[in-house]
Amino acid sequence: MRPGGTTPADAPGGSTPAGPAAAPVLLQVEDLRTGFEADGRTLVAVDGVSFTLHVGETLGLVGESGSGKSVTAFSIVRLVQPPGRILGGHVRFRGRDLLALDEAEMRRVRGADIALIFQEPSTALNPVYTIGDQIAEALLVHGRASRREALDRAQELLEAVRIPDPATRLRDYPHQLSGGQRQRVLIAMALACHPALVIADEPTTALDVTVQAQILELLRDMQQRFHLSLLLITHDLGVVAETADRVAIMYAGRIVEEGPVRTIFREPAHPYTRGLLASIPGGTPGERLHAIEGTVPSLDALPRGCAFGPRCPDRFAACDAERPPAYPVGADHTARCFLHRTT
Amino acid sequence: MPLVEVRHLVKEFPRRRRLLRPVPGVRAVDDVSFTIEEGETFGLVGETGSGKTTTGRCLLRLIEPTSGEVRFRGEDVLKASPARLRELRRDMQIVFQDPYSSLNPRMRVGAIVEEPLAIHGLGTRAERRRRVDELFGLVGLDPAHRDRYPHQFSGGQRQRIGLARALALNPSFVIADEPVSALDVSIQAQVVNLLLDLQRRLQLSYLFIAHDLRLVRHICSRVAVMYFGRIVELAPTAALFEAPQHPYTRALLSAIPVPDPDARPSRLVLDPSAFDRAAPLREVRPGHWAAVGE
Repeated sequence: MRPGGTTPADAPGGSTPAGPAAAPVLLQVEDLRTGFEADGRTLVAVDGVSFTLHVGETLGLVGESGSGKSVTAFSIVRLVQPPGRILGGHVRFRGRDLLALDEAEMRRVRGADIALIFQEPSTALNPVYTIGDQIAEALLVHGRASRREALDRAQELLEAVRIPDPATRLRDYPHQLSGGQRQRVLIAMALACHPALVIADEPTTALDVTVQAQILELLRDMQQRFHLSLLLITHDLGVVAETADRVAIMYAGRIVEEGPVRTIFREPAHPYTRGLLASIPGGTPGERLHAIEGTVPSLDALPRGCAFGPRCPDRFAACDAERPPAYPVGADHTARCFLHRTT
Repeated sequence: MPLVEVRHLVKEFPRRRRLLRPVPGVRAVDDVSFTIEEGETFGLVGETGSGKTTTGRCLLRLIEPTSGEVRFRGEDVLKASPARLRELRRDMQIVFQDPYSSLNPRMRVGAIVEEPLAIHGLGTRAERRRRVDELFGLVGLDPAHRDRYPHQFSGGQRQRIGLARALALNPSFVIADEPVSALDVSIQAQVVNLLLDLQRRLQLSYLFIAHDLRLVRHICSRVAVMYFGRIVELAPTAALFEAPQHPYTRALLSAIPVPDPDARPSRLVLDPSAFDRAAPLREVRPGHWAAVGE
């Protein structure tokens, strides 16, 4: 359970945990649970995820495949496809529980208040419409502009995301752009309606490293310029270190550690986080890397205790008996690990 | 004599023909030369479309090069007859990037690993079976799982199966084309360690094709950087990372994300007009080559 319980999220500083972040809360996810029906059973992919995102803040949600990080993102905007289903919890955006809205209200939130950027820039654009039409559509759908205004605004947005010669590019089709330019277009589309929150799911994973650096810089710029909050989902700790203010590490459907970015990198408290950081290639060339032994457990065969237990170098008796709760380990820093139990 | 010697390798892919007018092809690999010494891990890095994967495949003639020379222990692979090429390929193997699509889903994994032995008609059935058990042990898989199908294994385990198959014929040279980039971070390190262990135990030489520069820095002895089909820089790994000479190498290295929240790396933006793409490689220091002018 989170300290302080739930307070109205719109109150400035209302539910800000002890820490430097004084900005108001924008998004509060509480005990979110999302499952997938398979063979008459429910596999829980997101299992009691809670976190808070403040205005103007970037939260890096880090995890490996199957950790539940993308399902968490899709649950927030209620785009989980069957057989997936949100089983419980609250997603409070500016104090309003998104899980309680009807679909028409939710559609007004999606795109307008909360925008999404996906991993694969080549499949997220419609190949038969021009770039200009696709950006303008976002504005037209939400009734923010006439067609003429929408196209003008599209050109401004292309300029903002630094696409050269935007007036000409408006008439281009997606295949005429490079991968990096397509990702810039997707960012432009995401920003079209001035959203307060952008959820970016592995926005640079499909891109080359030089293009990745440019896109990350663009995201940081846009965030400052438009005072966005950013939920950045990634598996790359380098990307997180450069972009995030806070970090939440997910493993097998749960956030196992959460804290300010410096704390997570300097004083990781969960053995999984420590293992991830240690497995980044570095150190003496040619030496064996520090590897986390074993494999990520499948959702239908999770151990009864800590899900990381079977791979954990610090495992002891308590770890097999029950699942560890989130223990506070420092200012604004929690870890789901019995190593930090104080009683 | 180097184990592998590549000289002036060219691969042109044809472009769509225009009526009555021949169109020059696209040079995916454009006059590439390098050598790989016995026991070495030679890194080939570059971004999408740089020609690094095509180069790797040309070495084994999985793609036929347009021109150039590929010598393996002094023998020109490109001139080998089909029968001789088959023999040569026993000694030169490849591990692919995607462990999900590179294994036949309808074959049991034991049969996948055994297949190269069967194709080359090596050993009796019982001998081959023993060899498969040995290979499973070598790459850290349980021989009892030989009758399972690929989908029953995780990505990291599948990459081990691919590796066991590549090692079945006791090769001395393995091309590893992005062998870990499809794997999760915590599994990558396991497979990299396996590659390092196998190299020591079996005296393997690797051509390691990758875009992850942190990993290349960690495991390669020398590195070549490709840009639009050409090698723009080739140097011992430490020299390349500490004193990159070519503008593209500098931009590429500066873009690596740094897993340290206090590092504020200064990124160099490449200005393609600032250098001559046709400049030949020049030895700027012993063993350090760069396509830069005087």
